[in-house]
Amino acid sequence: MRAKYVLSEVLVGLWRNVTMTIAMIVTMAVSLAMLGASLLLYMQVSDMEDYYYTRLEVSIFFTKEATQPQMDALGAELRADPLVAEAKFETKDEAYKRFQEMFKEAPDLVNAAKSDSLPASYRVKPADPNNSQAIIDKYGKGRQGIVANAVDQRKVLSKIFEIFGGMQKLALVLAIVQGLAALLLVANTIQVAAFSKRREVAIMKLVGASNWFVQAPFVLEAVFAGVIGAILAYLTLIGAKVFIIDGTFKSLFQSTVLAPIPWSNVHLMFPILAGIAGTVSAITGWVTLRFQIKV
Amino acid sequence: MTKKYARASRPSIEDINVSIDKGEFVFFIGPTGAGKSTIIKLLLREETPNKGKIWVNDKEVVGMRSWRVPAFRRSLGCVFQDFRLLPTRTAAENVAFALEVIGKSKTVARRVVPEVLELVGLGGKEHRYPHELSGGEQQRVAIARAFVNRPLVLLADEPTGNLDPDTSVEIMRLLDRINRTGTTIVMVTHDSNIVNQMRRRVIEMEGGHVVRDQARGVYG
Repeated sequence: MRAKYVLSEVLVGLWRNVTMTIAMIVTMAVSLAMLGASLLLYMQVSDMEDYYYTRLEVSIFFTKEATQPQMDALGAELRADPLVAEAKFETKDEAYKRFQEMFKEAPDLVNAAKSDSLPASYRVKPADPNNSQAIIDKYGKGRQGIVANAVDQRKVLSKIFEIFGGMQKLALVLAIVQGLAALLLVANTIQVAAFSKRREVAIMKLVGASNWFVQAPFVLEAVFAGVIGAILAYLTLIGAKVFIIDGTFKSLFQSTVLAPIPWSNVHLMFPILAGIAGTVSAITGWVTLRFQIKV
Repeated sequence: MTKKYARASRPSIEDINVSIDKGEFVFFIGPTGAGKSTIIKLLLREETPNKGKIWVNDKEVVGMRSWRVPAFRRSLGCVFQDFRLLPTRTAAENVAFALEVIGKSKTVARRVVPEVLELVGLGGKEHRYPHELSGGEQQRVAIARAFVNRPLVLLADEPTGNLDPDTSVEIMRLLDRINRTGTTIVMVTHDSNIVNQMRRRVIEMEGGHVVRDQARGVYG
């Protein structure tokens, strides 16, 4: 009977003030979607870091003038070096094929490049991924005429990670601002609900209803709205994955650098967002009531 | 029961010391602002005195932890001048509400509510809404609600204040009947006719002080 009473009070409470309820849920959903996006980006960046940093290569590009014996000599030197785990020679033709494969979505770019416009290179896997700079310093300099330049992929990737990190922080800031607005709406909704039920509350307190019994319907109203907001945010994230990540930007995410956002991470957002929304709403509701319904 | 307090706020009560025995029927009388209603608030622990102690049903109320207050209030019943009924619930539902919110089952309510409504003389009007009842009948519903938990003490703050003299007399008869079941009744009033008719203990207050405490007294 008690559970039924509390539940019907919650639904009646939300319905009585339906415009405010909608505003509260929408604001909360936007905030939670932003929070979810931020978390997904964060997970994405750390996944990508893990993935790439263990596979990082240093590329040593040769000049056009470098002769095959000179390149072979450098290769022998690389293989003998304790800093190097593995060194693989890539000819101009192989480089061109890889380029064609990588940018097959952009035929104009492929057509513009000639087969000998890409340099031959050594793809070097460092023994210690964190020590790639030593290899660059050792082979990249002082070999004018043979080595054009040596590039650490880490530098290229870190740019991308910075962009992701920036997006993640922006989403987090938006989530916090929206979240504050949502919490103010929660507090306001509960005040309105407490006011419209002030007769009931006064009598409940007079006849000795326990504090939790008086407060539960209001707190649950907030929690309910929070969970609905989390469901909407979760659906938004699913929509974003289906229509934006896997839709509009499909080619971008399928290119070499960006790993697609896995469904498991998206699904993981629901319990996280619902938990956060429910807890924070409950605390806000309870704190509001402490000031509203004094014992 | 003993109570002693000094209060600074308005309407204030200063250094009063009264004890009321179990089963007594006591009127608090006096002019507006004498601190009569404050007594009710203090007994309910809606307010606490700045100084002093209050015992109700052998429990010290002033130092009571707030989480114990709900359980304490279940041993009290309370009626007011303005009835304080829920307009969207019938007479029976208003009484049942008081049971349900303290966790009594619907089965208990179904058994007890008709009994108590019968007792207050509202048999047959269980399903009327407050606006379909007269003032006296509404106050009977309020008394039924206060009494349904069989409290040890019934507090009444001007229960006849909104009623005509004849209806007031009926309400007083009802309170007298409840008193005879062993329930202590503390009633605040300035209805002199009623006090004179009932001939019960009268405590007169003025400016926050007790100026008269008389067994079987009159309004003065």
